[in-house]
Amino acid sequence: MFDLSPDEWTAVELSLRIAVVATTVALPFGLLIAWVLARKDFWGKALLDGVVHLPLVLPPVVTGYLLLITFGRKGAVGGFLDTYFGIVFSFRWTGAALACGVMGFPLMVRAIRLSFEAIDRRLEDAASTLGANGVWMFLTVTLPLALPGVIAGMVLCFAKALGEFGATITFVSNIPGETQTLSAAIYTFTQIPGGDAAAGRLVIIAIVIALAALIASEWFARRAGLRYHGE
Amino acid sequence: MLSVDIDKLLGEFSMALKFDAAGGATALFGPSGAGKTSVVNMIAGLVRPDRGRIVLDEHVLFDSAARIDVPAHRRRIGYVFQEGRLFPHMTVARNLDYGRRMSGVTADPAERERIVSLLDIGALLARRPGHLSGGERQRVAFGRALLMRPRLLLLDEPLASLDRERKLEILPYLARLRDEAKVPMIYVSHQAGEIQRLCSQVVRIEDGRVRASGGLELLDAEGAH
Repeated sequence: MFDLSPDEWTAVELSLRIAVVATTVALPFGLLIAWVLARKDFWGKALLDGVVHLPLVLPPVVTGYLLLITFGRKGAVGGFLDTYFGIVFSFRWTGAALACGVMGFPLMVRAIRLSFEAIDRRLEDAASTLGANGVWMFLTVTLPLALPGVIAGMVLCFAKALGEFGATITFVSNIPGETQTLSAAIYTFTQIPGGDAAAGRLVIIAIVIALAALIASEWFARRAGLRYHGE
Repeated sequence: MLSVDIDKLLGEFSMALKFDAAGGATALFGPSGAGKTSVVNMIAGLVRPDRGRIVLDEHVLFDSAARIDVPAHRRRIGYVFQEGRLFPHMTVARNLDYGRRMSGVTADPAERERIVSLLDIGALLARRPGHLSGGERQRVAFGRALLMRPRLLLLDEPLASLDRERKLEILPYLARLRDEAKVPMIYVSHQAGEIQRLCSQVVRIEDGRVRASGGLELLDAEGAH
């Protein structure tokens, strides 16, 4: 049963690559936005919070459509990136990564923000009396203490990216070898006669990847948490 | 020499204080809620006064008229908090070296060795704060503040979280610090006993105001705890 066809392997490999790239690229933005939302008060904060969470509540098809008209070749941002930097998203795997990153972003920001909010600010005060400026304080105290939450946020984003379907297929379609992810491939196989076996194999692989990611994150978070409590 | 002259409104609580502290150990003495911790936070740069001046030796740390407000991380003032505030994710050794590293002070192994043995924390270096007793934690906190070679040491009720026996265990270390480290200290407390053992000058604070400043005789004055 586990004789995957080259097309099926491609879908698995592509999904993993898209999810890893989406999570990695989203991380610095996620840290920044989470930190701003946790620590700063400014006009329009509720709006920023709302925009970040929008992909979580909008129908994924709507998010995909918005990406298409913004980042498509004729879109405002997409056209600019194509003309000046040669970066194209539409109907490419990079577009799938963008869609997955956008969909996973609110989950990532939420987890990281909560962990920033849970940090004892008095430890940051202590760091500043010891000579740490804002950047060093963040790198040596805030970020290490928030690590379990950062890992949780990355796993949530990765899982969302791996399973993303609606926004991706709307934005970059379902092209085998380029934008056909695991989810899209499973969907495709269920639509063709005799595709059940292939769909089943991919379903099992999806379950294995998701479980492995969960267990790994649990292990990392536990290790990080134990370190702080000195076990 | 530290000279403080500040006004601060914290909610409904108004503070207006003016005092000088020469070298050695100066006590900020007064009942809980008198504003002692807020004063120390303003000297450290963690809280911004509304008006006034804070000058340490020749360094102006804060001057509202001249718009000077040196950020906490550039004041080089060691601060030992009531609850230690050791970094839970670092070993004792890394906690001790943190201030020196962040302040860009070059390593001085002999000095470190001296302070570690003075505080008797050599056996704890590889442990994490979660595994230390309250008294051990405070000793590490003293070491951490001292090793950044501060121009002034602020001690905010450093013994308050400890039981009587731990206090008696730590007081001699503090007396040694005062005599050997040669860093001027501001010692916040509402316990006359601790102050008598450590300090030579007293600033009595009540209700956000300096009621009196002078020698240890102020401890017996009416209204003190």
